[in-house]
Amino acid sequence: MVDNMAAKLENVVVERRGKTILGPVDHQLAADGCTIVVGPNGAGKTTLLKTLHGVERLSQGRVDWGAPEQMVRQQQAYVFQSPIMLRRSVRQNLIFPLALAGVPRAEAAARVTQWAAKIGLAKMLDQPAPRLSGGEKQKLALARALIRDPAILFLDEPCANLDGRSTREIENLLLDVQATGTRIIMTTHDLGQARRLARDVIFLLRGQINDHGPADRFFAAPASPEAAAFLNGDIVE
Amino acid sequence: MNDIWSGLQAAFWLLVTLDRDLVEITLRSLQVSLTALVIASVIALPLGTWLAIRRFRFRRAVIAVLNALMGLPPVVVGLIVYLLLSRSGPFGVLGLLFTPTAMIIAQVIIITPLIASITHQAMRELWAEYHDLLISLNTSNWQRIKTLIFDGRRALLTASLAGFGRAIGEVGAIMIVGGNIDHATRVLTTAIALETGKGDFALALGLGFVLIGLALVVNFAIHVLSRTEREGRW
Repeated sequence: MVDNMAAKLENVVVERRGKTILGPVDHQLAADGCTIVVGPNGAGKTTLLKTLHGVERLSQGRVDWGAPEQMVRQQQAYVFQSPIMLRRSVRQNLIFPLALAGVPRAEAAARVTQWAAKIGLAKMLDQPAPRLSGGEKQKLALARALIRDPAILFLDEPCANLDGRSTREIENLLLDVQATGTRIIMTTHDLGQARRLARDVIFLLRGQINDHGPADRFFAAPASPEAAAFLNGDIVE
Repeated sequence: MNDIWSGLQAAFWLLVTLDRDLVEITLRSLQVSLTALVIASVIALPLGTWLAIRRFRFRRAVIAVLNALMGLPPVVVGLIVYLLLSRSGPFGVLGLLFTPTAMIIAQVIIITPLIASITHQAMRELWAEYHDLLISLNTSNWQRIKTLIFDGRRALLTASLAGFGRAIGEVGAIMIVGGNIDHATRVLTTAIALETGKGDFALALGLGFVLIGLALVVNFAIHVLSRTEREGRW
């Protein structure tokens, strides 16, 4: 287990086809709480999340979690904007990460039952996962990410395209896991959601961290005119 | 038209009377083609999947070669295997020429590229779907291959059945390396070729109908066993 989950980005640059998507970024993230990344489309939010998770190819720089990369990756989980469902049953989707981690079958079965109940899919365990509704799929993707008790959870707009009820259920789940000490780093377009969940907010613009601070301060007095314009609902490019 | 009608009658009587020769060559056809299918699938399914997930130098060239090998002329394969297994060839000492084993080797060479190529196409799409998740879960290459093969099993079944179809209907290569020896290496296709040469079109057609029926039965049996139709995923 990595004790200190603070991430340090050192001169991180991500370029694709000669265009800079992210960076250069020199920044440090706190070791706990819930960080929400906001910004306009194309600002580099997903790239930042993937960079922190270690699945983005960096053109320059490094991300230091204070532990070997393999060890850190095993304690991280990632939920994608469009939930990726394995072409298996709900049960098999939940078992999958546990089987990869070599969790004994009896323990895996117990955890599956527990998480299926938590996300309200206990009666659908043997249904094919690809046939679930959008909200159910996203809840299953979240449960599949959390079933291994990750220390750090990345979420890329987990509530995009979901109705209010599903959004509330997912937010409640996130508040629960945050209370147990799981570090959450999440992107969203929904500023209301950012207000409800964030301990601190990163405002990303053109691949750069334009503003980063406690949520109360960010929403009350954004540090840059671009962040203020974004909060006002203006178009920021 | 008379020949076709006579062929149907011949096929009917061969089946009704359970003709001993027919049973023998049918079982040999199945033995050779199913063995070749199993061996080729063991090679081609992981190979095609591996090609879908790995990025390496000359990958495109390898895929292009694999696709080109789908059209490998069976007669040429037969000739090469013949030369390799003949007494003066490098593997002549094994004494495999004119045995069912030689026929299996030739069929494996013919159908492996076909199964691998279809597998690659199907797995490429599945890999695009699963890529982010499997990378995020920090899976090894072997875990990725196993996951794709398991979840893409229906597409792989189609790939294997295409291989079986080619194997069971193949005649050029197995005629050369098997020799069409009665009670030793004669199979349905070589028997059809022989009867046609003798001018016994009715019997040749009869055997042909049996061959078509056999291919249909095997395809249907594999679909039923793999329960594709029960989950509405045809």
